[in-house]
Amino acid sequence: MTIADDIVAPETPEAGAIAVETPLRRFLSEFFENRLATLALVTLAIIVVLAVIAPWIVPQNPYDLAQVDVLDSRLPPGEKNAVTGYTYWLGTDGAGRDLLSAMLYGVRISLAVGVLSGLIAMAIGASVGLLAAYAGGRVEGFIMRVVDLQLSFPAILLALMLIAILGKGIDKIIIALVTVQWAYYARTVRANALVESRKEYVEAARCLGLSHARIMARHIMPNCLPPLIVVATVQTAHAIALEATLSFLGVGLPQTEPSLGLLISNGFEYMLSGKYWISFFPGIVLLVTIMTINLVGDQLRDTLNPRLKR
Amino acid sequence: MTAFIIRRLMQSVLVVVVMSLIVFCGVHLVGDPVYLLINPQADQKDIEAAIRALGLDRPIWEQYLYFVGGALRGDLGNSFIFGEPALKVIVQRMPATLELAFAAIAMAIVLGIPLGLYAGLYPTSPVSRGIMATSILGFSLPTFWVGLMLIMVFAVMLGWLPSTGRGQTATFLGITTSLFTLDGLKHMLLPALNLALLKISLVIRLTRAGAREAIHQDYIKFARAKGLSNRRVIGVHLLKNILIPVVTVLGLEFGNLVAFSVVTETIFAWPGMGRLLIGSIQSLDRPVIVAYLIIIVLMFVVINLLVDILYSILDPRVRLGEQSA
Amino acid sequence: MPFVRTTLVAIAIAAFGLFSPALAQDLRIGLSAEPTAMDPHYHNLTPNNSLLSHVFERLIENDEKQNLIPGLAESWKAINDTTWEFKLRKGVKWHDGSPFTADDVVFTFARAGNVPNSPSPFIVAKGKTVTKIDDHTVHMSTAAVYPLMPNDVATIMIVSKKNADGASTPDFNSGKAAIGTGAFKLVKFTPGDRIEVTRNDDYWGAKPKWKTVTFRPIKAGPARVAALLAGDVDMIEDTPTADIERLKTEPKVELSQEVSNRIIYFFVDHSRDVTPFAKGKDGAEIKNPLKDLRVRKAMSKALNRDVMVSRVMEGVAIPASQFLPDHYFGVSKKLKVEKYDLEGAKKLLSEAGFPNGFKLTLHGPNGRYINDVKIAEATAQMLTRAGIETAIEMLPPGNFFTRASQGGPGGVPEFSFILVGWGSGTGENSGALRPLVATFDKDKGQGASNRGRYSNPKVDQLIDEAMKTVDDGKRAELLGQATDVAIEDLAIIPSHYQVNTWAARKGLKYKARSDENTLAMGVTE
Repeated sequence: MTIADDIVAPETPEAGAIAVETPLRRFLSEFFENRLATLALVTLAIIVVLAVIAPWIVPQNPYDLAQVDVLDSRLPPGEKNAVTGYTYWLGTDGAGRDLLSAMLYGVRISLAVGVLSGLIAMAIGASVGLLAAYAGGRVEGFIMRVVDLQLSFPAILLALMLIAILGKGIDKIIIALVTVQWAYYARTVRANALVESRKEYVEAARCLGLSHARIMARHIMPNCLPPLIVVATVQTAHAIALEATLSFLGVGLPQTEPSLGLLISNGFEYMLSGKYWISFFPGIVLLVTIMTINLVGDQLRDTLNPRLKR
Repeated sequence: MTAFIIRRLMQSVLVVVVMSLIVFCGVHLVGDPVYLLINPQADQKDIEAAIRALGLDRPIWEQYLYFVGGALRGDLGNSFIFGEPALKVIVQRMPATLELAFAAIAMAIVLGIPLGLYAGLYPTSPVSRGIMATSILGFSLPTFWVGLMLIMVFAVMLGWLPSTGRGQTATFLGITTSLFTLDGLKHMLLPALNLALLKISLVIRLTRAGAREAIHQDYIKFARAKGLSNRRVIGVHLLKNILIPVVTVLGLEFGNLVAFSVVTETIFAWPGMGRLLIGSIQSLDRPVIVAYLIIIVLMFVVINLLVDILYSILDPRVRLGEQSA
Repeated sequence: MPFVRTTLVAIAIAAFGLFSPALAQDLRIGLSAEPTAMDPHYHNLTPNNSLLSHVFERLIENDEKQNLIPGLAESWKAINDTTWEFKLRKGVKWHDGSPFTADDVVFTFARAGNVPNSPSPFIVAKGKTVTKIDDHTVHMSTAAVYPLMPNDVATIMIVSKKNADGASTPDFNSGKAAIGTGAFKLVKFTPGDRIEVTRNDDYWGAKPKWKTVTFRPIKAGPARVAALLAGDVDMIEDTPTADIERLKTEPKVELSQEVSNRIIYFFVDHSRDVTPFAKGKDGAEIKNPLKDLRVRKAMSKALNRDVMVSRVMEGVAIPASQFLPDHYFGVSKKLKVEKYDLEGAKKLLSEAGFPNGFKLTLHGPNGRYINDVKIAEATAQMLTRAGIETAIEMLPPGNFFTRASQGGPGGVPEFSFILVGWGSGTGENSGALRPLVATFDKDKGQGASNRGRYSNPKVDQLIDEAMKTVDDGKRAELLGQATDVAIEDLAIIPSHYQVNTWAARKGLKYKARSDENTLAMGVTE
């Protein structure tokens, strides 16, 4: 539905074209040619590390109601807690949460939702796509029909309906996001696997009498990885944005454990009253997170797609 | 061809059946709209009477069969909230959504193609890099956040444009739309831009990718070798070849735009069917939710069908009926 | 992207140059919720009742503080225990020019409770025998003594028999049957978008200042404020508390406020011996601690209502001590707001056998009441400090109310501790006592919203007695006593009364109302 559409190029780099360099090294050097993408990758790495170690570095656990005090709600950046003297560097939200802590936890949730749903969707989608490509015939026909139907229905509506029915919660939003994403992976893997399975090395493996499962997992799958990685980055960014949108529409995550999207949504009502920070800072972090993922994905695609070589 | 169309229609019927079943049972499990709709002063008997009046006291399968019976006669049931046929409630709000989607598509084409073309032709220029970075920004900006920012800046701070709502409508050639009045256009600008943002980025990227690939193709080299002016090569030969995929994708994206308008309409208080859907989900107005989804599915079926048929006419290599890759 | 920028600027300038301010006789109002129909008997909820008050009128009207005042009836009185006499106003004309008579009243009361497909019918119209005495006198009688007759009559809008006989709700929506006697005539109802009305120049009462009024539903609070600040509307209702502080300093905006009849309160599970959402600190099952008055008292003491009002509600609320604010009919004269006392709360918990507290989950609707999520968060913080480790779960209202009413096994209320609100539509205290704390009894029609299943024979008896007392003074006394007993027993734990805020452009004044109605008749320059 988004950038993913123009990246599926079922041709793999001709292995061994350049004998001196390993493909990985060549890939890395080409990737880092683009300074913007390099910067994005570094930024993204920092965000991810901060999100992972958040519980050990934040000054306040924003989910522990005993630590959050409504008396401190809506303080502008730089204000101090009257009792402990702790400084709220980025201010507090409407419930009195330290915004810096809430944001780090928020990134954690947003990334976790994006990455987890992406991984599960990839596992399901790749298996199904591989099966379709390898089995062919009726199985393939059936699977690809389902994929087509799924892709022809707007992701946001599907997720919206699922969440409305399932209720709020991280597990539920992951289910919804997996449901809307798996088809993209299935389509990509099948298209690439079809190309691969006609190649000679697969013929050779068949002649050797290797099992179907082994051929699929060990021979075809690795060659489908590059485009899959590109789809995965794009889809992760997409999933994070979708979660934020659902939370904004009031059907996403529970209020007590806000993701970035929910923090923005909660700050929404304060935008006009001059309390910009409640919505602004989480908005910036969300934007930077999604944008760096997109930039990295973009460069990955350019690097992996031989047709665009200058 | 006919067999192909029939098969497509059968598939969409299947989708509608599966979906309506899920939504029916799902909304039923979520809750009973009567508790939301009824006046709080009502006592238990009144509540039960209201539940009976809406037919919600029956077992769910009976309600579903009743719905199917009605649907076969073209009656999708009455909205629990508005008391009028669900289909009518949606169709009343449809023009507002469609005009918004059309305006967004138009914006995407007008802004996206020139920018994308430039970025594709001069990939190394700083302007191109700027365009591409901005297009990534366009992909990354959360729609709801941009919507509020637009209202803040253009309506509240600068006071140039109205903040929310739809403007005056006018009727021309039997079509009633706010595209024909100045007031309508003023109201339209911000929400359409908000909705178009993603699509502008998409068009930029498609156009750029097309241009970058086409520039190395033989026909462009030939045209250049023939001594045609640069303007003619790009304006006619190149653009013609790029436009086909761009227009196709935009056509397919139209349905997505309509679906995504739930967000934009919520922010801009746009009286379209997207905002109706959000309201209906909140108030568990099942007939409207189901009818909305059926309309969306039909819209997608028709669009996809049209695109496929057009393709088969334009490109003789594509044969309908084969498995699409 | 210089191209984009220039285009935008060009378009914006073009739009700006042609901007025309609205005429002085036009009023544009931003509503927070959309009326669902133009049929005054279709849906008995505030957004509909408020809007349709412009077109239709009642025999008895509520003033801005919900005192009963003459409407289409000039006077009314009880002529015996079960019959009331209404003297109708003479010389009143419908919008189509035909005269208003007793026949219209008889017709209205037959129609109001029987509108097909209505999700919330005007059931109060039922059980009343309406008899025409002459063209301008009607009698209404009930089977038993019924002191609330005038309050009930004050909820039902009179429609014209000539136009509404046989008319369906869509006929009202199209405007065909929407013929009233009110100060405004309906021009056009565009669902989802706007409702336009125009002044009724033949109106019998004080003629409103506005020639035309346009109502636009703008559901999102910030968008509503933005519309006001941008000058797209002249007035908005339900101003978000987050913006009030800033709007007070805004020179081009004027605010008007009034305490509403809506209380925000908590219900606990009074009936089950083991309640599903109260657990020991270790997560083990415990006997329902909420049945112990000392625990309820501790919870009430732990609730810092001043902080709730000043921080969560940003000053736009009043700490609550009972079901309705002090000036209402039938409230208790002696109840005071419970003082915040954290140590006292902890002590009471120890006495009740919970020196280490227990675990509790608070359930509530998300987006139903002003700041409901933040209220729940603050409540959880406060109770947690007292030792009751409180988690919150806010649900979509549709889901919440279904489960809170009948989600448990056997159709009982599911939750243990809920955040809810109550607006007494009748404008007097029995409108809260009967549905909320009278014993749940389907046949008597009492306790329908008693989601804590509170039951106290003393309270029931006082309410029953009050409902048989026609004398206003005595009835007020009895209702006050019932309130004392119920609140001292903490049948509900009150938090605060909402305050409604309207914001209008400078120069406009709105007579703020306690019933949350937004009426163009109340807007003056």
